[in-house]
Amino acid sequence: MATMVTDRILMKGNEAIAEAAIRAGVGAYFGYPITPQSEISEYLAAHLPEHGGVFLQAESEVAAINMVYGASGAGARVMTSTSSPGISLMQEGLSYIVGSELPCVIINVMRGGPGLGNIAPSQADYFQATKSAGHGDGRNLVLAPATIQEAADLTVLAFDLAERYRNPVMVLTDGITGQMMEPVAFRADAPLAHAAPAWATTGAGAGPVRLINSIYLEPDALEAHNRRLQEKYTRMRAEVRWEAYRMDDAVVAIAAYGLVARIARTTVDRARAKGLRAGLLRPITVYPFPSEPFAAAASQVAGILTVEMSAGQMVEDVRLAVEGRGPVGFYGRLGGVIPTPPEILAQLERFAAEVQSR
Amino acid sequence: MKQIVARPSSLSDTPMHYCPGCTHGVAHRLVAEVIDELGVRGRTVGVASVGCSVFAYNYFNLDFQQAAHGRAPAVATGIKRVLPDRVVFTYQGDGDLAAIGTAEIVHAANRGERITVIFINNAVYGMTGGQMAPTSLPGMRTTTSPFGRDVRTAGYPIHVVEMLATLRGAAYLARVSLHNVAAITKAKRAVRKAFQTQLDGKGFSLVEILSTCPVTWGKTPVDALRWLETEMLPAFPLGEFTTDGQKERA
Repeated sequence: MATMVTDRILMKGNEAIAEAAIRAGVGAYFGYPITPQSEISEYLAAHLPEHGGVFLQAESEVAAINMVYGASGAGARVMTSTSSPGISLMQEGLSYIVGSELPCVIINVMRGGPGLGNIAPSQADYFQATKSAGHGDGRNLVLAPATIQEAADLTVLAFDLAERYRNPVMVLTDGITGQMMEPVAFRADAPLAHAAPAWATTGAGAGPVRLINSIYLEPDALEAHNRRLQEKYTRMRAEVRWEAYRMDDAVVAIAAYGLVARIARTTVDRARAKGLRAGLLRPITVYPFPSEPFAAAASQVAGILTVEMSAGQMVEDVRLAVEGRGPVGFYGRLGGVIPTPPEILAQLERFAAEVQSR
Repeated sequence: MKQIVARPSSLSDTPMHYCPGCTHGVAHRLVAEVIDELGVRGRTVGVASVGCSVFAYNYFNLDFQQAAHGRAPAVATGIKRVLPDRVVFTYQGDGDLAAIGTAEIVHAANRGERITVIFINNAVYGMTGGQMAPTSLPGMRTTTSPFGRDVRTAGYPIHVVEMLATLRGAAYLARVSLHNVAAITKAKRAVRKAFQTQLDGKGFSLVEILSTCPVTWGKTPVDALRWLETEMLPAFPLGEFTTDGQKERA
């Protein structure tokens, strides 16, 4: 059955994410103000209570993620949102959430770093998002929208996946996607079904007691717990999503996600207008990473140029996927600088000339 | 024959790992008895902290969540906000609550969260082996203050209850002790009032329980109780500091 959608509404990305969360049936939001994501908190402060949900401004990101832990463990559909420095502060809580297998959604509107950095859009926290959920071997499932419509859609999906896998799902976006406005349509259907799961600590009643916990003192028991988590991450590979744009007859490809993928899409069209058959491979899940399409593309094209707003983070996953089948180049802008289509096109032409002459 | 003593149904039949003479077991029992007597066992959710009481969930026969170090009041806030008709309490030590968790306890109290905090003050980090705590007494020798706590560099003991008593959100605040039977009886009364404060929806409640740590104090169980009475009581005055949201003392 097709999902009913609303008329298109002109909205900021941050507000669209918040509205999508309400339509997904979020029951509680805990957050702390930080630019460039504060509109998510502001929107939910204004609108979540009228839908029967809990809005609470925490004293810190540390407290916010632990409130998420408590509420999720008590069976609620729950989320938080923050930007890069806030994710650093949430790493501890995320690790406990992963270890205790609690579902939740985390919106990360990335900004420039390191340190206080700036409030400009960035992709410098790809490693932090995809390689580990805090300390230990835990993982977030990470979704990376390229448009405001996709940010809204992936926010709804994030709740579904979080509950299906009992795992945090991060929507990894950036300051531009959060701040700019675009037309967006929302699901008009009833929220996703939700009831407190049997494992939730809601008061034991006359039944057996439940425990939300991540401590396993015996190494053998902790190894078994970790093995189970790793099996879950393997199962999560079923959720791999990506987009291939004009790849069918491409001789060279750009790899990019999120905001940069949008710019790369324009670049691909301009390259083709100049006679260079370019294509774009865009991961939508950055963890788990869509390795197979990259491996397949590497056998088809002369090379893959990875473009990021970072010093080169996703490019490591591209190289791992390609496994030496072909050349992988990199171009990145740092500190909140957004690469332009002409700039990427110049890099792509140089890269294509180099790899095609090999 | 009439049975006059039994294990509270809020305690499980599990041998405790606490050291001989440690008063955690007494504090656990007081909390469990109160939960039983209030008839709320089936709708109570506890939050364990990090420290010796990390395994509290093994001993309480209740739904439980285990929180990161110092974060129990935030975790309890999350639970209580989505389940407002449940009884939610944390059980935290002085390293957990009065050092790494100061932000969380202050703001939970300031928001007037309808939760109950059982705060064990034994003037030392027990689980990690007897290091100096924010509550260690001036001059007290610990593994990280081997020459005695020097107040010029390590400050003075933190008085948590007095500090929280400045906040309007705190509805019931008391400091009690477990050094003898009379004190234990008073302690139970305070624990009961704290939970009743939550049930009445009046706001945040906390009971600071002065406790012993014989092993890290280097004392026998009896000497530890004596030390608690003679050394800790003068430093940490007992009493109710806030009831019904009204400050009893300045």
